[in-house]
Amino acid sequence: MNQMTNQTVKFYQTGTLTVGNRLLDPGQRTVQASEERANAITCGHRACQGCGEALGARYAIDAALKAAEGNLICVNATGCLEVFTTPYPETSWQVAWMHSLFGNAAAVAAGVAAAQRVKGRDHVRVVAQGGDGGTTDIGFGCLSGMFERNDDVLYICYDNEAYMNTGVQRSSATPGGARTATTPAVGDAPGNVFGTGKNVPLIAMAHNIPYVATASVADLHDLEAKVTRAMGIRGARYIHIMVPCPLGWGSASHDTIRLARLAIESGLFPLFEAEHGMVTASRPIRRKVPVTDYLKPQKRFAHLFKPDNPHGAAALARLQAQADENCRRFNLLRAAEEGK
Amino acid sequence: MLKQIEGSHAMAEAIALCRPEVICAYPITPQTHIVEGLSEMVRDGHLRGCEFINVESEFAALSVAIGSSAAGARTYTATASQGLLFMMEAVYNASGLGLPIVMTLGNRAIGAPINIWNDHSDAMSVRDAGWIMLFAETNQEAVDLHIQAFKLAEELSCPVMVNVDGFILTHAVERVDIPDQAQVDAFLPPFDPVQVLDPANPVSMGAMVGPDAFMEVRYLSHHKQMQALDRIPEIAAAFKERFGRDSGGLIRCYRCDDADTIVVAMGSVVGTLKDMVDDRRDAGDRIGVISIGAFRPFPLDEVRHALMGARRVVVLEKALAVGMGGILASHIRMALRGHPTKVYTLIAGLGGRPILKPSLNAFMDRVEAEPHYDVHFLDLREDIVEAEIARMAAERRSGPIAENVLRRVAATAQTTL
Repeated sequence: MNQMTNQTVKFYQTGTLTVGNRLLDPGQRTVQASEERANAITCGHRACQGCGEALGARYAIDAALKAAEGNLICVNATGCLEVFTTPYPETSWQVAWMHSLFGNAAAVAAGVAAAQRVKGRDHVRVVAQGGDGGTTDIGFGCLSGMFERNDDVLYICYDNEAYMNTGVQRSSATPGGARTATTPAVGDAPGNVFGTGKNVPLIAMAHNIPYVATASVADLHDLEAKVTRAMGIRGARYIHIMVPCPLGWGSASHDTIRLARLAIESGLFPLFEAEHGMVTASRPIRRKVPVTDYLKPQKRFAHLFKPDNPHGAAALARLQAQADENCRRFNLLRAAEEGK
Repeated sequence: MLKQIEGSHAMAEAIALCRPEVICAYPITPQTHIVEGLSEMVRDGHLRGCEFINVESEFAALSVAIGSSAAGARTYTATASQGLLFMMEAVYNASGLGLPIVMTLGNRAIGAPINIWNDHSDAMSVRDAGWIMLFAETNQEAVDLHIQAFKLAEELSCPVMVNVDGFILTHAVERVDIPDQAQVDAFLPPFDPVQVLDPANPVSMGAMVGPDAFMEVRYLSHHKQMQALDRIPEIAAAFKERFGRDSGGLIRCYRCDDADTIVVAMGSVVGTLKDMVDDRRDAGDRIGVISIGAFRPFPLDEVRHALMGARRVVVLEKALAVGMGGILASHIRMALRGHPTKVYTLIAGLGGRPILKPSLNAFMDRVEAEPHYDVHFLDLREDIVEAEIARMAAERRSGPIAENVLRRVAATAQTTL
């Protein structure tokens, strides 16, 4: 039984687009709509203004807590989320929470899950979480091991497309052309090298695990639904959430949600679900936007737009081609076609 | 029950008697037989209430152990050599988090050159990681130490590493007394963790700690280890009371009372040394041997006290601090600081080189002639290394040193034929 003290959450705004969509029918409201929500990560943590990860994590873990009826243990990889929530002796976590290392969150979570099984506490569920560095790079071996054993863990990756905690270095989730501290905007092909990197949601699908999904802080309702869905399934599950990072992306703090939405609407970040290796659903794009709408407000792509950069246009074309390919691959434009 | 049994399987039976709840393992020689034995016991139902998890690396093995121990399950894993180094980050993490994991280290050399045979290079590489480190002399002691290790780990909330010499113990078949379940149950209560990941009483474990508290945390780790200096002998005494056997403890002295020469060593080589001591005692030599049972915490006071009467001390060790010399020897020198006792460092058995009585005797016969600050390598092929040093000086090249040495060994063997 969960004895976690739910704190009454103050709502500063009202209206259909605010937390939890409280103007919806009660049945359609999200976890965040209740002032008595679990509030897994309390306010007062030290995330930057406009942090996508703080928002994504709170929604994801609150939804997981609700689905598990409070019986949840969270494991965290080293990274921004860990650092900004637990500067000792403070902690923002109201849920049982553990951080071990950068690269082992999936394995630690597998151990926690094993302990629950052996102790006969099958109602206690386990969520592991990490950033894209901790997931797609250093923690990838442990993640693959967790998938391969089909451990009863939901792994959530908060993808802000670089190592933001250490000062914005390139990860294998950094998009082509993006400037980071280790892919500087200099030379013949400025920014991150095209044709590199990993698509971990697709790799997760190749492990044939029961559930894989991508989500975004641009659609928190969808994010909660996917977490809830994942919590209803046993075995290894993976949710990859796009969480823009104003600091690392060089974007305005108030643009976090807008950029996340543009990533979806341009086709660069497709939202889909997959079960046992097969895509079962994808979210169609109603009005497709050019990738430049998404890239232009971010300083990490600014060099691509400089008129004196002879390679900018080619890089933008490649990013557009990637977006178009995603649209084709996940059939994202069917809504637009149906509307014709 | 007395059994003629392989060391690894004896250890597996002892570990099973401790009722572990989560065992995770990645195969690495020479610890594999231990976890193979355990996996069979879990599968065939002899070890009930236990999850056996096959992981993809040693790093994952200890990481899974960290998770399960933090969630309140009695947890065991085993590793060796490169595997220990691969899990190194988690080794420090487990002790920093105060998780009472018990791990067997099947002691083995570390490459390159890759070498699967026994020495203590692996254990010495984690000597400062905050684990309690016990060394077994025999397979009987390996069995007994595992039972004591769980008790020690869980009382102090600190991980314990049981060191057993690879192959020499792990693969040796000998007579071992395996305790029965009732005896072990009476000695080792169920795991009662001091702090656990529990949704009903949520805690945050593994928070980030800055300069304002890190020193204190480290000091407390040290304090915890120093407490083990009391608990290790107490637990060994309690073990003797229940099982009727002397096993464990901080140090074990053999014929040291009137000895003017004392050999200090760890692990299975102590058996050979006892034999040598008996022979030399028969010849009138006043010699004894001390076995270091607990390398961490290091029993400085006990060692100092035990060595006080000796005129000279020979530290035989199966590891080398490259660029420095003996690791155990530097500990012994520390224990003897301020005393005129001569300390000799004898590096022996690296990478499984046999430690033979004739060689030991030859060294003991001329030990006084050795400069006591120098490091002596037992049975080092000096002709080979000198030739290789000369060649390297002349040709100024690096590269596959091991292959060159082997070529010279072969060449020398041919000329001697």
